[in-house]
Amino acid sequence: MANAREVLLRIRSVKNIAQVTRALQAVSASKVQKAMQAMYRTRPYATKAWQVLTHIAAQPGRKSLHPLLVERDQVGKALVVLISGDRGLAGAYNANIVRFTIKHFADYHVPVRYITIGRKGRDMMIRRRQDILAEYSNLPAAPAFEDVSAIGRQAVNEFLSGNVDEVYLVYTDFVNMVKQDPKVKKLLPLEIDTGEGRVEAFGDTHAGAEATYIYEPGQEQILDEIVPRFTALQVYQAVMESLASEHAARMVAMKNATENATELSAALQLEYNKARQQAITSEMLDIAGGAEALAKSQ
Amino acid sequence: MPIRCEIVSQDRMIFEGDVDTVVLPGAEGEMGILPRHAPLLTTLKFGVIKVRSKGKEEVFTVSGGVAEVQPDIVTILADAAENVEEIDVARAEAARERAEKYLAEGPPPDSDAYLKMEAALRRSRLRLDAVRRYRGIGGPRTTLSPTTEDEE
Repeated sequence: MANAREVLLRIRSVKNIAQVTRALQAVSASKVQKAMQAMYRTRPYATKAWQVLTHIAAQPGRKSLHPLLVERDQVGKALVVLISGDRGLAGAYNANIVRFTIKHFADYHVPVRYITIGRKGRDMMIRRRQDILAEYSNLPAAPAFEDVSAIGRQAVNEFLSGNVDEVYLVYTDFVNMVKQDPKVKKLLPLEIDTGEGRVEAFGDTHAGAEATYIYEPGQEQILDEIVPRFTALQVYQAVMESLASEHAARMVAMKNATENATELSAALQLEYNKARQQAITSEMLDIAGGAEALAKSQ
Repeated sequence: MPIRCEIVSQDRMIFEGDVDTVVLPGAEGEMGILPRHAPLLTTLKFGVIKVRSKGKEEVFTVSGGVAEVQPDIVTILADAAENVEEIDVARAEAARERAEKYLAEGPPPDSDAYLKMEAALRRSRLRLDAVRRYRGIGGPRTTLSPTTEDEE
């Protein structure tokens, strides 16, 4: 049995930890609320923009429409935009997204380069000796589209210049407070999304060549304007989702840490009480034994 | 047969519902969209969107954006949009004054700040114009302040 003083010191340190994690939990709780609101505000626009993009991509003759829509015959290199957090203490959040990425792209059929967003992801990818093309970290706590649009633009440029032939986006999808799912989304070239009903319905009612759009002003003008912009917007939305996920993950992790610390300090308190009691008992025995010996010798 | 209309701006959903017609400020002029319209993609100019359903009309200001028309749905991705009934006249007025004052001080005309202010001025003018012309059509005439009516 440890001595009472040592146990007392441990209790104190555990209580300190609990205090810190409790504070972090409260901070994350308020941050997750804000991040969630921001994410839900921008979600409809991003979703609609993505739908419009997939509708464009679903048109016949997409190859000639816009260079960003063209599926390349030979895929030489892929680019992955990986979104992680700048800070740790978020449970398995950062580890999960990196592990997910590695699992997904480790045995990819072509070499993969990475653009990392967030310090943690960057560090982990460097440690795993991955090919990092660019890294962005220390994003503002509530990024505006302008803060992130450069990342999307870089991805688009890499694709257009032919350095890479595919672009993927890996982020953490915010489902709810306790559930966040790593997700991979193919950004470029645009894929026809058949998962949702709309595109198919559109194809059904207006099959074949009839389904082409009328463009105003010109086709080139409008596609040049919206395709890169909407693509960058997807990166932005993914950042927003990931941010909310990070705060939620941190909040849950800190809640668990606080609970564990409280439990541990209760167990240690019990141990301390026992140690103290035992110390008193043995002291009493010492005294009693001493007194007896004294009485005998007299 | 109604057509579905969805107006979203970057930070929220502004309108969503089944309507009879939608009038948009397209890049090449105002256009009316009826159900079963041919697929169309257009950029939007500054202007107003009018959404009519069952004799009721709702008016929205829009400062640029994109509209996608499908036979059964119109999706409007606006850079900024507002229901005319919800426009805060005092705020728009203040924004206009601020922008006018700033532009009158003559900063370099190609600086970011200048362009931003110019855009802000166009937006606030659009809002105020729209309020003057359209407020009260779709809903009760409530918060119209007398100062805006006297203008011009």
